[in-house]
Amino acid sequence: MSARWPETPVDFPKAAHETLKDSQLRSNLGHATTAIRAKREDVVSEVDDWESLRDEGAAARDRSLRRLDEMLVRLEESVTAAGGHVHWAADKESAQRLVVDLVKATGSDEVIKVKSLLTDELELNPALQDAGIHAQETDLAELIVQLGGDRQSHILVPAIHRNRREIRDIFRRELPGAEDVSDDPAALAEAARRHLREQFLRVPVAISGANAAVAETGTVAVVESEGNGRMCLTMPKTLITVMGIEKVLERWEDLGTIMRLLPRSSTGERMNPYTSLWTGVTPDDGPEEFHLVLVDAGRTNALADPVGRDTLRCIRCSACLNVCPVYERTGGQAYESIYPGPIGAILTPQLQGLDTAPTLPWASSLCGACYEVCPVKIDIPKILVHLRGRVTAETNASGKGHHAGAERLAMRSVARVMDSRRAYEAAQKAGRLGLSLMNNGRGARGALPGLSGWTGSRDLPDPERSFRDWWREREAGELEQGPDAPALPQAAQDPAARSGAAMPGTPGPEDALPTDVPRLHGEDRA
Amino acid sequence: MGTRASLLITCLVDTLFPDVGRASVTILERVGVAVDVPLEQTCCGQMHQNAGHPKDATRLMRRTIEAFKDADVVVSPSPSCAAQVVEHYPHLADRTGDPGLIREARDLAARTRDLSTYLVEDLGLEDVDAPAFPHSVTYHPTCHGLRLLGIGDRPQRLLRNVPGIELRDLPQATSCCGFGGTFAVTNADVSTAMMSDKLRAVQDTGAEILTAADSSCLMHMGGGLSRQRAGVRPLHYAEILAGVAR
Repeated sequence: MSARWPETPVDFPKAAHETLKDSQLRSNLGHATTAIRAKREDVVSEVDDWESLRDEGAAARDRSLRRLDEMLVRLEESVTAAGGHVHWAADKESAQRLVVDLVKATGSDEVIKVKSLLTDELELNPALQDAGIHAQETDLAELIVQLGGDRQSHILVPAIHRNRREIRDIFRRELPGAEDVSDDPAALAEAARRHLREQFLRVPVAISGANAAVAETGTVAVVESEGNGRMCLTMPKTLITVMGIEKVLERWEDLGTIMRLLPRSSTGERMNPYTSLWTGVTPDDGPEEFHLVLVDAGRTNALADPVGRDTLRCIRCSACLNVCPVYERTGGQAYESIYPGPIGAILTPQLQGLDTAPTLPWASSLCGACYEVCPVKIDIPKILVHLRGRVTAETNASGKGHHAGAERLAMRSVARVMDSRRAYEAAQKAGRLGLSLMNNGRGARGALPGLSGWTGSRDLPDPERSFRDWWREREAGELEQGPDAPALPQAAQDPAARSGAAMPGTPGPEDALPTDVPRLHGEDRA
Repeated sequence: MGTRASLLITCLVDTLFPDVGRASVTILERVGVAVDVPLEQTCCGQMHQNAGHPKDATRLMRRTIEAFKDADVVVSPSPSCAAQVVEHYPHLADRTGDPGLIREARDLAARTRDLSTYLVEDLGLEDVDAPAFPHSVTYHPTCHGLRLLGIGDRPQRLLRNVPGIELRDLPQATSCCGFGGTFAVTNADVSTAMMSDKLRAVQDTGAEILTAADSSCLMHMGGGLSRQRAGVRPLHYAEILAGVAR
């Protein structure tokens, strides 16, 4: 990953408008997420007490987050006692400076990296590059992304948007010695292995992320599938691990809980192939020097929000991405952040500030599939709605932003209508209420162009009589319709049968006009 | 004797899908429930809450609580709006710190259920004497009913007892149709993409009828089917049970 993130605020609807056009992406993602979902369901269903395990996972994370200050100091003590060095970075810039200085101190102008979301969040690779240090990604998918000059699109499977033919083309173009490689997965993996092995043996400094660190022991954990991470963590002289402060766990047992939840939730495996655990340094075994860089970069801000703070429980399994119907269609790049999908929609705005991603909390239909699978029970829909409220309040206060001004006023005016029976019924009669309901709260007159969001691909029903009108007349004894009254003509039952009914008040074809209740009434009397 | 239920009709059904309201009345009266419709009700406030306007949502919650203060049981043909009352009202009330409101919100939540839950769990009925419906039907489980309210397969259990009906399984049934309230407008492209995939699955079943428990999702999917001239008819399951649709 060499690119920096865009400076402009994330505009999800706009970015999604582009990615949705990519039929190859839709097909790649549809296949991949469907397969991962099925695998996850299989291995989760094997665990009898999965729901209580989720509770334990949430409790383990909360136990540490509620006393984060204390946990981090304990972690520092344990790591230091085991011969490691702990550094603290409050923000992106100080983290970049710290790591660059640590690498420079080794005298090397190259580093190898094991996949780390945090270092991508921190834009560490461009910072290293600016300092004359080349960073080589060693995770296969990260390598594909790096060689392709591309961006990650998934937390766990960064190149999920690429199929093997596309990967073959990238390798032929960019990977030394792979000019004739085929699209056979084994051949692709072999080409990458030959390239990477040479680097593992030569480069003296590695940078890693961390899945967790245990405060009581000082042990750091990295979980992976390929073994390339294990090479990075054991071969070089110097290991620099960059970890978000929220990843700390209190006890060794908590790591056990997380390790039971993580592989099943992420790759759909009972156990992941490589779990590396290390505590400080061990003479003649692995790196001689170990640095742990603890990074805040917005995490304490998230912690200060009583609703939003549950986001920090996240163990980056990506189960929420794989079940998300939005992610499945748009792909990860529409989120314009290292953290895509449902977790990204709540994490990115909290870490980077609501101003940088005001549209992300709206990038969800609130279907709830993410909460259902989250191994640490983050109620993502609840936090999305909470953040919508914050964006609305904060952008309104500043008088600018995506969800400010007009919508705020429109929503309030609809609320005023809805808060008065008389105004509500008058709006029903004027045929405006249906439009308002479907137009994000805007009145029919106020923002007609906005309605194209609805009518661009769907028709709207337009009954001429409300339920309450029927009810009122029945109660008044004017209607002789009993409960099992004869069926209305089909057209009245089936709004979709009416064509061209895009706007209330627009007459449809004569035969498709609804049969209104008074006419029935008249016929009954006749 | 003496079974009474008050209908939480919802602004959407009241305004755009009156037949679903009439069907709900028909079914409830057929099984011996005295139905009442408090006309002071308007909108539950879900739209405002989900769009990030909790104060407006709270205002509408107060109104809804007042409208149903005398109701024994509150029954809604919309699991999504019922979920707003059952799941979200307590949280909204908590935010105000008003002890009276907190108590009333929890009290209303405890008295509220969706139509299928009321019929199947409270009344113990899976067969509501529906007239014959000799059509092929596929059922889409809408998200808030499924995940927020946990209505499970209750609508399907009711439908299975309709004479002549042929229920066909919907592939990827639990995947969202893409409605999501204001999501359909703020993220219209994504919403349409989700809808397209859902409608493809619906049409793959070959069913004549698409049914569901939420009129809002049906409005979205039905609006798309209509635009595509798909020839698949959207119906709320209550319309099938009531026999107003044949």
